[in-house]
Amino acid sequence: MSTLTLDPIAAKASLLKKDGGQLLEVSMGPQHPSTHGVFRMDVVLDGENVVKLKPIFGYLHRNHEKIAEDETYLGSMPYTDRLDYFCSITNNWAYALAVESLAGIEVPERAQYIRVITAELTRLQNHASLVGFLMQDMGASGTPLMYAFREREKILDLFESLTGARMMCNYMRFGGCRVDLPTGWLDQAKKVVAAFPKFLDEFENLLVSNEILMARTQGVGIIPAELIVNAGITGPLLRASGVNYDLRKVDKYGIYDRFTFRVPLGDHGDVYDRYMIRILEMRESVKILEQAMRDIPEGPFTDPKTKVRNFRPKPGEAYGRIEAPKGELGFYLISDGSPNPYRYRVRPPSLINLTVLEEMCLNRNIADVVIILGSVDIVMGEVDR
Amino acid sequence: MFGSGVLKGMAETARNFLGSYVDKDRLTTVQYPEEHAPRIEASRNFPFLVYDGPDPMAGLRCVSCFICEKECPPKCIIIEKSTDKKPDAVGKPQAYPVKFNIDVSVCMSCQICVEVCPFDAIKMDVDFEQTATSRFDALLRTKQQLAKSNEYYHQIHPTEAAAVDAELAAARAKAAAPKPAPAVAAAKPATPAPTSAAMASPVATAPPTAAPPAPPTALSSRPEAACRSGETRSATTEASPTPDAPAPPAKETASE
Ligand code: SF4
Ligand code: SF4
Repeated sequence: MSTLTLDPIAAKASLLKKDGGQLLEVSMGPQHPSTHGVFRMDVVLDGENVVKLKPIFGYLHRNHEKIAEDETYLGSMPYTDRLDYFCSITNNWAYALAVESLAGIEVPERAQYIRVITAELTRLQNHASLVGFLMQDMGASGTPLMYAFREREKILDLFESLTGARMMCNYMRFGGCRVDLPTGWLDQAKKVVAAFPKFLDEFENLLVSNEILMARTQGVGIIPAELIVNAGITGPLLRASGVNYDLRKVDKYGIYDRFTFRVPLGDHGDVYDRYMIRILEMRESVKILEQAMRDIPEGPFTDPKTKVRNFRPKPGEAYGRIEAPKGELGFYLISDGSPNPYRYRVRPPSLINLTVLEEMCLNRNIADVVIILGSVDIVMGEVDR
Repeated sequence: MFGSGVLKGMAETARNFLGSYVDKDRLTTVQYPEEHAPRIEASRNFPFLVYDGPDPMAGLRCVSCFICEKECPPKCIIIEKSTDKKPDAVGKPQAYPVKFNIDVSVCMSCQICVEVCPFDAIKMDVDFEQTATSRFDALLRTKQQLAKSNEYYHQIHPTEAAAVDAELAAARAKAAAPKPAPAVAAAKPATPAPTSAAMASPVATAPPTAAPPAPPTALSSRPEAACRSGETRSATTEASPTPDAPAPPAKETASE
């Protein structure tokens, strides 16, 4: 019919089906509550089924890498907080690690322990809120998220009394940390960590065996291990597909070789596995925290030889990476001996984990797209930088 | 049994709901603004300038060394240096800021200015209840608005302030012991050089020995918003002799 071709969407030949039906192209986002920030998905639907999905991002681009080339090395530290704003401390650590290997700085023992403690607390609060958000995406409106946020709040209070800020911590420095643990902080932290398994038990009771949740998540958004390795996916997403790769075990950066903990692995690589992986990882983090808080020695919290100002590492390049809660977070730096890095590059886990979104969503319902995206765990601040 | 998982979850919700009446750990929120959550000592948001003594402008510890201006990552501090000198917190004659503006709409509360300041002159405030009715001038805080007393600093960060005070007292004692420098310095004002900075700011031409004029009203400080533009700021930086040279930390200054 000639009237049909006047319609701009129908005019796209690719949207016409052989049987006379039509595909529908929907733009999900960028301002959509399910997209976890300003993220857009161009979805082509056949009825309810996804036949094509194109992730489109860049709405939150802040020019982080270019700005960092004009900043001093220290000056970029507060900007790293704003990458993945849920996990500012792990971002700080990855950046500090890169600069430390560039400049050959030793980190004192106590600082290493403080770093592990704060990073694992970060992991706890990131995973707790991720699981809450995932439930929210699934329609468990509010309740699990509020429980998760209630626990997260206690960890954020710890961060605030240590670093001064709840989220934009700006805590690590090259060669250590900005301040020492205040008096009583460790006791407070021990209390929070000791109470955490109880919260996890409750959280599991709340939803793990919920039939509706199982029906919505099991078998949804499967990525085979081979594809996920080839795509460079890291973090809980990779481990949910059964690949045993955790930088805390592989690189043993910091002092992670001193702690006994296990790396939980999934079987199926579906949304349910990713959800369970997070719960199990929180349990392992609690174990690491208990050991670290038991063993933390006295001593300097930062390397006294490292200058805060006029910091000029010798020319060279370095890559520092850690197992951030969302995956491998890396910073690649080139120094030309000046106070500003010559090149500054971030390897953000959220962005790279998004690249297999289409494979996960094909032939699933539009409602599944929302929870698959939720299970990837993205923060747009890190995707777009 | 199908549905038992759902029931188990419901039981958990009920436990949390009832528990919130008896267990403080299950109800962590407060009814803001009627109630405030207890303030955490280390918390920070925007910087302020510390002054000693009764007169905010005369007692400012800042010696306008430009270190914080240079190190601030988003470059939201704008300083103009005086051409004359006045005794600083440890009694050594030092320049003072004729103009010290912080653009709080740009400031990201990172505390780097506090960390790099060798004179303990700038500290982080905790006052988070702030509003402004316009986007530019109202959010550009002048030194009159930024100046807060040392007592206030003690109130908000007691531990930190006590440590700073002890350090300053030690530096002062050290400075006072060998020679009574402050009196000599005050009597010998530096000649005001007609730099571009001095011309741009009428305050710089004030009598050198006297304390800077009383805080002008908010209206009279409005034109300072103009220094948001790049030219004025670079002129300010050039006017200072060596903005890049690291200033000596307070203790070394005192021992000279
Ligand atoms: S670093 Fe301190 S003394 Fe120097 S200009 Fe800034 S506030 Fe003033
Ligand atoms: S807190 Fe950070 S952004 Fe704000 S004025 Fe100080 S250095 Fe600049």
